[in-house]
Amino acid sequence: MSIQFLDTTLKNTTVLASGILGNNKDILERVYNNGCALVTMKSIGPEPRDGHNNPTVIDLGHGIINAVGLPTPGYTNMEKEWKDLETRDFPLSASIYGGSVEEYARVAEFVSKQKPDMIEVNISCPNSEKHGMTFGVHAKSAHEVVSAVKKVTNVPLIAKLTPQALNIAEIAKACEDAGADAICAINTVGPGMVIDIESGMPVLDFKKGGLSGPMIKPVAIRCVYDIYKAVKIPIIGLGGISTGEDAIEMIMAGATLTGIGSAVKTRGINVFGLVTKEMTRWLDRHNSTIDSIRGAAH
Amino acid sequence: MLKVAGKQEENPEFATLFFNSSLIFKPGQFIMLWIPEVDEKPYTLSSVSDKKFGITIEAKGIFSKKAISLKKDDLVGIRGPFGNGFTLPKPGDSIAIVAGGCGLAPLAPLLDRINHDRVSITCIHGARSKDYLLFKDRFKFERYFCTDDGSLGHKGFVTDLLKEKIADGNTFNKVYTCGPEIMMHKVFEICEKHNIHCQVSLERYMRCGFGLCGACVCGKEVVCKDGPVFGSEKLRDMEDFNKTALLKSGKEVALDDYFAWRHP
Ligand SMILES: Cc1cc2nc3c(=O)[nH]c(=O)nc-3n(C[C@H](O)[C@H](O)[C@H](O)COP(=O)(O)OP(=O)(O)OC[C@H]3O[C@@H](n4cnc5c(N)ncnc54)[C@H](O)[C@@H]3O)c2cc1C
Ligand SMILES: Cc1cc2nc3c(=O)[nH]c(=O)nc-3n(C[C@H](O)[C@H](O)[C@H](O)COP(=O)(O)O)c2cc1C
Repeated sequence: MSIQFLDTTLKNTTVLASGILGNNKDILERVYNNGCALVTMKSIGPEPRDGHNNPTVIDLGHGIINAVGLPTPGYTNMEKEWKDLETRDFPLSASIYGGSVEEYARVAEFVSKQKPDMIEVNISCPNSEKHGMTFGVHAKSAHEVVSAVKKVTNVPLIAKLTPQALNIAEIAKACEDAGADAICAINTVGPGMVIDIESGMPVLDFKKGGLSGPMIKPVAIRCVYDIYKAVKIPIIGLGGISTGEDAIEMIMAGATLTGIGSAVKTRGINVFGLVTKEMTRWLDRHNSTIDSIRGAAH
Repeated sequence: MLKVAGKQEENPEFATLFFNSSLIFKPGQFIMLWIPEVDEKPYTLSSVSDKKFGITIEAKGIFSKKAISLKKDDLVGIRGPFGNGFTLPKPGDSIAIVAGGCGLAPLAPLLDRINHDRVSITCIHGARSKDYLLFKDRFKFERYFCTDDGSLGHKGFVTDLLKEKIADGNTFNKVYTCGPEIMMHKVFEICEKHNIHCQVSLERYMRCGFGLCGACVCGKEVVCKDGPVFGSEKLRDMEDFNKTALLKSGKEVALDDYFAWRHP
């Protein structure tokens, strides 16, 4: 099941979502060896940042709520990691964020010199006061960020979008017009809140957090469906995928690749291999191919 | 949320908090303790019975000081148990337990679970001084103590005692250790030299506790999920063991800098 995606040949359609495990080369490689075709690093920001205090990640049974808060060593403090990654033999996507258009460009320029196979521009994180999502809810700011990044790098660009945009298709189109080579949708849904009724306290220290996992799949499917109608560039469909059947559904909505995050909790690191096997089995049983079902819901 | 059901002050800086709830767990597993409006941190289970469990906390920084000053009926959040736990000894095994300071906490339920008639146990426990030794009355069997100031037992390191026991002709086939990482690394080296299987329990900054966020990765191992207990076969390949750890930001630093980190 080999797939061509932004000049890179991938062994299947599975992608490790940003912010899941991806903190060093060894663990990224382990995820790749467990069947994942494309691994994404934890989002990298302009300055060192600790993120929020715990509790930051809570399992709700039907999904996860998190407010990790974009911790990052800062792009200039990762010499060892970049050096380790030079000798990798797996496809790598580097996720970046900033607090201003200028910061996005600065981080992107530096990161592109480290030669990732692609750069994912995170304009969609709900867990920080001034980073991320604010840029992804308006077509104008999304366009500004992607254009600025495009100017400083030749590495293929993926724009990662938030479902909080009133019209996500319009944002995707703005990113495509600004030079994005692909869209990744979606980041977490919300922010939401969960209150512990014994103490009367929100369970997250940051109080609000983004939702992920099975409970958000219908939102992700709808977003990818809308985006597929609006753009020609390929889409990484992400949100609530835990089985091969979920991934097939995402491809029918219009996705080329299928991202996986929270399901690493429920099914383990080998979820990537499992999902691929289940997809192949489904396709065989239906005498179908990935290419023939892509966008089938339209 | 659970109410603190009781508190045992072990010494001026260590206390065990008890909760009335049953947990199915393996020795070496941990829970995440949430004190609302303060923080949430991992603690190993130090005692478990049918309807009750306990965690033993050493006062270090802001959070642990708050934790040991909790009172009966205070409400806290508990998530877990998480992690893999120790691999228990088999009948006929001869084991050594090497604990430094609060490191006896995860090893204590292991000692509770072992059938002492079938497994030969040598327990070595070290601390700053005799007041800081843990669970002095909890165990009936003989223990070997050492203290930094010589106030009880051997004056010096637990590793001195381990070497001495091996030199005396004890043929251990398993060693379980928990304490400062530099101590565990020395224990591991001694075990390698004598061909003894070793299990250590590692500490890294944690967030989710269930192997998703990656805050605690040590090389390719996810400490909260694949660990916190690692055996010799994994330790041999673990370049970061006794060398580096990730700060809260994800920045990799030398272990000394990691343990020197204090809540701002
Ligand atoms: C699996 C596991 C089991 C544990 N079991 C026990 C136990 O049974 N008993 C016990 O007393 N302690 C245990 N700990 C340690 C405990 O979780 C706390 O780290 C300890 O109580 C100190 O917390 P503090 O906030 O009071 O101190 P601080 O002064 O805030 O931190 C003390 C040290 O903890 C580490 N640390 C804490 N927070 C951070 C952070 N945000 N970023 C980077 N490093 C940080 C650093 O090494 C720091 O020097 C365990 C840790 C782990 C990972
Ligand atoms: C603990 C956690 C941390 C995350 N961190 C990031 C991040 O740093 N950057 C980012 O773009 N998305 C981040 N996300 C969002 C995921 O990449 C993904 O978009 C979302 O979880 C939906 O996918 P899922 O349902 O498969 O988990 C994070 C999600 C979780 C659960």
